Amino acid sequence: MRLLIGLLLAFAVAAGVGLGSTYYALREGTPFGAFQVGAWTAWPRTGTTEIDPYARALLARSGELPLGAGDGIAFVATKDDRGHALDGRCDVTVSGVTPQARFWTLTLYEPDGSLVGNALDRHGFTSQEVVRNSQGEIAVSIAPRARAGNWLPSGGVDRYILVMRFYDSPISAASRTGRETPMPSIKGVSCP
Amino acid sequence: MIRWVLWLLAGLLLGGIVHFVMILYLPNTATQNAYTRISAIAPVNAVTPLPAPTAAKAILPLMDPAFAAAVCRYDLKEAPLKLTVPVSPAYTSVTFYTNRDIAYYAINDRAAGRRTIELDLMTSAQRAQLPDDEEVAAADRLIVESPSTTGLIVLRALAPEPALMPSAINALEKARCEPAPQ
Repeated sequence: MRLLIGLLLAFAVAAGVGLGSTYYALREGTPFGAFQVGAWTAWPRTGTTEIDPYARALLARSGELPLGAGDGIAFVATKDDRGHALDGRCDVTVSGVTPQARFWTLTLYEPDGSLVGNALDRHGFTSQEVVRNSQGEIAVSIAPRARAGNWLPSGGVDRYILVMRFYDSPISAASRTGRETPMPSIKGVSCP
Repeated sequence: MIRWVLWLLAGLLLGGIVHFVMILYLPNTATQNAYTRISAIAPVNAVTPLPAPTAAKAILPLMDPAFAAAVCRYDLKEAPLKLTVPVSPAYTSVTFYTNRDIAYYAINDRAAGRRTIELDLMTSAQRAQLPDDEEVAAADRLIVESPSTTGLIVLRALAPEPALMPSAINALEKARCEPAPQ
């Protein structure tokens, strides 16, 4: 009898731990091989055959096709520099210098990876469209209502994510953070 | 008491095994991965344009809206594949994925160095069968080895400004992927 209860306990714990940890790992994403610069995170190995099993499981579930390492690299931000989740009702500024690349694009998505709807059909900027200041730095305003300059409509959604993709760029799994890959800062300006 | 702790430890250990087996096995059970989604719209060994993502509808999540994209779903069972992609004015890239969505090779227009990107895609077995003298002639053609018999080739052309989207789409319309003549 005690053996049976023991076995049941072990199986219950195994099921709880196994399923719970798998669910958690797939919901939160994985820190393996992550390359972090400020609020931005990239997974350089995800675009190669050396992709880790967690990233593979995540991709299989989301249906996303990762950027190949020979094509470019994607940086994702879900929070601003102070760690607040990006909120479409707030004014947020993405500003500063960008790492070396032939082209880059900055795109705004809902957390599930779909584009945020707006009347302008503007979902992002490319390095060629964006207006720079005299030092060559960018400043993009993400806000629900129109702003002067580089305005990206946030559509007033609850949460959004920013993805910055660098095409034909020397950034790789071997890159170091810091001066080699200067990413723009993400600052919350005001919130109603 | 100690007996219960042991049972608990055994449960934790088994839970860890369950976790790793699930993570490793999950990609095999996915029914909504990119390969499956694209298989529904793309015929085998032909270039199919992917619909531009909109807020309401996108075939895959996290597609870059600044790019025109087309896909060639390949099957190398019968013969190797020949891929020809004319380069668009701004930036063009070709990425190869296995049928499990792993990016195993990617090349862009500058690395290819010509006005068209020309590639031969084959399995390792097909490459081993290439006659030796052809290997020499192959020096100026790019050969890519596919780790799987089926997979996806995704062609992407950048429209640096929305007004340039038609020319990016146009460049990809001239892309060809077809079985190599035997």
